[in-house]
Amino acid sequence: MHITKHANGLLSIYFTAGYPTLDSTIQIAKKLEEAGVDFLEIGFPYSDPVADGPTIQHASEEALKNGMTLKLLFEQLKDLRKHVSIPVYLMGYVNPVLQYGVEEFCKSCKEVGVNGSIIPDLPIYEYEELYQPFFEENEISNIFLVTPQTSEARIRKIDNLTTNFIYLLSSNSITGGNLEVRDQAAVYFKRIQDMDLKNPFIIGFGISNKETFQKATQYANGAIIGTAFVKLLAEDNYLDKIADFIKSIKE
Amino acid sequence: MSKYQVDNRGYYGPFGGAYIPEMLYPNVEELQNQYLQIMKDPSFIAEFEQLLKDYVGRPSPLYHAQRLSKKYGAKIFLKREDLNHTGAHKINNTIGQILLAERLGKKRIIAETGAGQHGVATATVCALKGLECVVYMGEIDIQRQAPNVARMKMMGAKVVAAKSGSKTLKDATNEALRDWINNPVDTHYIIGSVVGPHPYPDMVARFQSIISKETRKQLLEKTGKGTPDIVMACVGGGSNAAGMFYHFLDDEDVKIIAVEAAGHGVESGETAATTALGKEGVLHGSRQILMQTEDGQVIEPYSISAGLDYPGIGPQHAWLFKSGRGQYVSATDDEAMQAGLRLTQLEGIIPAIESSHALAHLEKMNFKGDETVVICLSGRGDKDLDNYMKYFNL
Repeated sequence: MHITKHANGLLSIYFTAGYPTLDSTIQIAKKLEEAGVDFLEIGFPYSDPVADGPTIQHASEEALKNGMTLKLLFEQLKDLRKHVSIPVYLMGYVNPVLQYGVEEFCKSCKEVGVNGSIIPDLPIYEYEELYQPFFEENEISNIFLVTPQTSEARIRKIDNLTTNFIYLLSSNSITGGNLEVRDQAAVYFKRIQDMDLKNPFIIGFGISNKETFQKATQYANGAIIGTAFVKLLAEDNYLDKIADFIKSIKE
Repeated sequence: MSKYQVDNRGYYGPFGGAYIPEMLYPNVEELQNQYLQIMKDPSFIAEFEQLLKDYVGRPSPLYHAQRLSKKYGAKIFLKREDLNHTGAHKINNTIGQILLAERLGKKRIIAETGAGQHGVATATVCALKGLECVVYMGEIDIQRQAPNVARMKMMGAKVVAAKSGSKTLKDATNEALRDWINNPVDTHYIIGSVVGPHPYPDMVARFQSIISKETRKQLLEKTGKGTPDIVMACVGGGSNAAGMFYHFLDDEDVKIIAVEAAGHGVESGETAATTALGKEGVLHGSRQILMQTEDGQVIEPYSISAGLDYPGIGPQHAWLFKSGRGQYVSATDDEAMQAGLRLTQLEGIIPAIESSHALAHLEKMNFKGDETVVICLSGRGDKDLDNYMKYFNL
């Protein structure tokens, strides 16, 4: 499946690898695909996740305690494409990627069939100066973020650098907030829509239920749910509850 | 342009940069575009200098410590940052940044603090300017540093507990960054050390460079020569050291020594000796040298001194270390505590435990007898009396 400009109502789910248990990653991914999710973001944990609210911070901390590392994650994802066919993106902070080696990271993504990466604290300047060839050689799409404060010129630049989709933040905030269903957010989404970008855009941060999902997908090609899903993973028998959770949003 | 100063891309050699999520980009870009211009403005300079003089009490004395000199066989001068208002060098930077924040039209100030010295220095300037102030402090540090928490509250600051991770300085910094992400328009983040995304390391170093600027002048008056043979300072993130070294970096005959906190020992697993153990990595927005696991997870540092308890080192220091311009060494808790007591007994000055780390290195040096040495006495020991009392059973 490709995330195209003509797609609509796409649902993506974020969850942290190694949480709630070290080997839950593939099981959760399979359940999400079965439940009708369109693409996945698998987070690799970091000790200092500055863009995340308490829920994902906690998941990250637990995953590290469970022993999750980037190296182990790639081992777990070795058979990813035997189990999961929807697009998969890895999301995390830049330091673990630097220690793994950026070129190695891109190669490993390609080997296991990961489509792209979302590394919020890898700035555009450094990406272009130092790392872009590694991503291109391995056909790994690096996804950039746009916020309500991002200038039009910078959005155009991001649109030109993008090889897949643009990740539009619903507000300038850390993860786990609530989408402002007031006019302000709508004005911003409309502004982006009217820019007629070359790439599709997906809205994330603050999307937690059917209402906010529908609100976001009025403007964007899709939306991403993270914190609300990670909260579900803290419950007993979470695997059995995934289908209903997705149904509650999509139907 | 000095090869030890930041380049036009925000880097010191391979270190520095601005590794920040897009949510922080507008704030950081605004600073990058404006900080030099504002700092060069005559009205800014006039107000900054006036406050340093009348409010902070500068210039701080350069004191020739006779008995200390005699003990070690060198001509040792102490740069008395401990005599500044609020008791440490931290105020030089917060005065500069509050004036900058005003000129950027910011209404709300946030800061992180470990032991509370930077938090107090920030709360102080916010009271001075009547700006709203929120200080993030690790939950554990709040318990350990009750007097500083009280000082901040008296000055009207709100002290918020950082409850994630190790609940200390690193986590307080994470919480401050999260606050800044959530408040992208009206808030200025006063970072307390030469860390963070460009332009912070350079901006903070410039505000602290008053230390070495004064030292040159004072040394010339006292010895007939503006440069010493050796300058020394303790390093956590590295702000007092950056200020102490700043105007001597291009004088290659001036030896630069930075002393990190070895905690219980470099190999003990409880240490903050970053350059000895760290590898290149990214934390809090800049590429630096960082204590971390093979997987890139940040390792919790330890030192008896809360001000040196940081897992990384500012990008300029990382560059001075890597390029060989500076010698980076360490002192253990025990060595620092003994050095603190020694200064007290020889000179009647109780130093902050941070500064004691720099003094501790004197024990390991061999002087010929005529060297001029300047040591930055970055803070006073009042805040550390509890620690000194426990350690020496006073």
